[in-house]
Amino acid sequence: MTMKENFLKGFIKENPLFVFVLGTCPALAITTTLENAIGMGVAVLFVLMLSNLLVSLVTVNPKLRELVMPVRIPVYIVLIATLVVIVEMLMKAFVPALYRTLGVFIPLIVVNCIIFGRAEAYASDHKPLESVIDGAGMALGFAMAIMIISLFREILGAGTITLWSQGANLSLDLHFIFEFLGIEPIDMFLKPVGAFMTFGVIMAVIAAATNAKAEKAEKAAKNAKTGQSGVTK
Amino acid sequence: MSNLLIIAFSAFFIQNVLLTQFLGICSFIGVGKKRSSSLGMGLAVIVVILLASVVTWTIYKYVMLPLDIGFMKTIVFILVIAALVQCIEIIIKRFSPALYKALGIYLPLITTNCAVLGVAITNVNRDYSFVEMLVYSLAIGLGYLFVMYIYAIIREKLDRNPVPKAFQGTPIAMIVAAILAIIFARFGGLV
Repeated sequence: MTMKENFLKGFIKENPLFVFVLGTCPALAITTTLENAIGMGVAVLFVLMLSNLLVSLVTVNPKLRELVMPVRIPVYIVLIATLVVIVEMLMKAFVPALYRTLGVFIPLIVVNCIIFGRAEAYASDHKPLESVIDGAGMALGFAMAIMIISLFREILGAGTITLWSQGANLSLDLHFIFEFLGIEPIDMFLKPVGAFMTFGVIMAVIAAATNAKAEKAEKAAKNAKTGQSGVTK
Repeated sequence: MSNLLIIAFSAFFIQNVLLTQFLGICSFIGVGKKRSSSLGMGLAVIVVILLASVVTWTIYKYVMLPLDIGFMKTIVFILVIAALVQCIEIIIKRFSPALYKALGIYLPLITTNCAVLGVAITNVNRDYSFVEMLVYSLAIGLGYLFVMYIYAIIREKLDRNPVPKAFQGTPIAMIVAAILAIIFARFGGLV
């Protein structure tokens, strides 16, 4: 696997949220605005890249590996929790408003299955550089997924797109579309109902696309086979 | 007394751990397929949330606050929870093999259940007293069991009905959860 493939696999083929259904708690809870999703994505990116690096550094040395392997779960927990505390303090100091809206979901990155899963499944038996690239790809794939969910929820629910609101205000007001259509933004999409609904429908669309692709491939294979057999006859 | 009732009621219905706070969704989707397993998981979660809350609250109040190391709570709480779950597993295995058979497989899953860590952090963030913390943790656990059981009943029925191919599996599970969330959102008007 080349470096580029290693980086890109987290986006579509092995997307942690849409394909493996990991990390659903933050994906449903904080996706009310695009800004929250970006904040969460950056936090996960930081933690996942560094945790993959540290785990791989700890397990790459054969002597150290022998020592760590029997107690690897507590070791991973301590490494990940330390990184999460660092993120928590940085966010509290530099983006306090965002820190308050994300609330309990920043410390809960510790129990995010994506981070633990990558440490166990990838970083523990790959080289440091490969692990960092894998972590970056997976975290950006997760960030992309929660940004897609939050984009739908914010546009339909509040009629805005907030890119960043700490200090500089980078947001887009789309109320004129709703006014043109003569309707109000659908408040439901900001509530828990909207979270489950949006996530479910996006998953269904992805499943439908995958099914269609598989069917097409099957048909093509069948056609090729019958064509071939026709020739041999 | 009324204060405690409000805490219990809002933890059970209004801020239901699964449908409003989105804690423990992984286990909700994964384990909530059968009534028996949802019951086992729910009971295990109640026990672990109660014990973990008591232990973490006590450590935070009497060790971490006097030493002024409150910022370490994420690391300390997750380690305490992981150790606690291991201890519960060993104790149950030793004294009640029958109970271990019923709950055993769910216990390791609970370490990474966000509900446990989430409740422990919420308890200290909201500055609850000991009794308030007990009531809140118990109500959260019961709310988890209640919603999980209803959800498992619906999904068992769903298995016998035709679902569009694209919606099979996780998507339809999410839609069912959305409908349950609509029902629970209505309780918000009561307090």
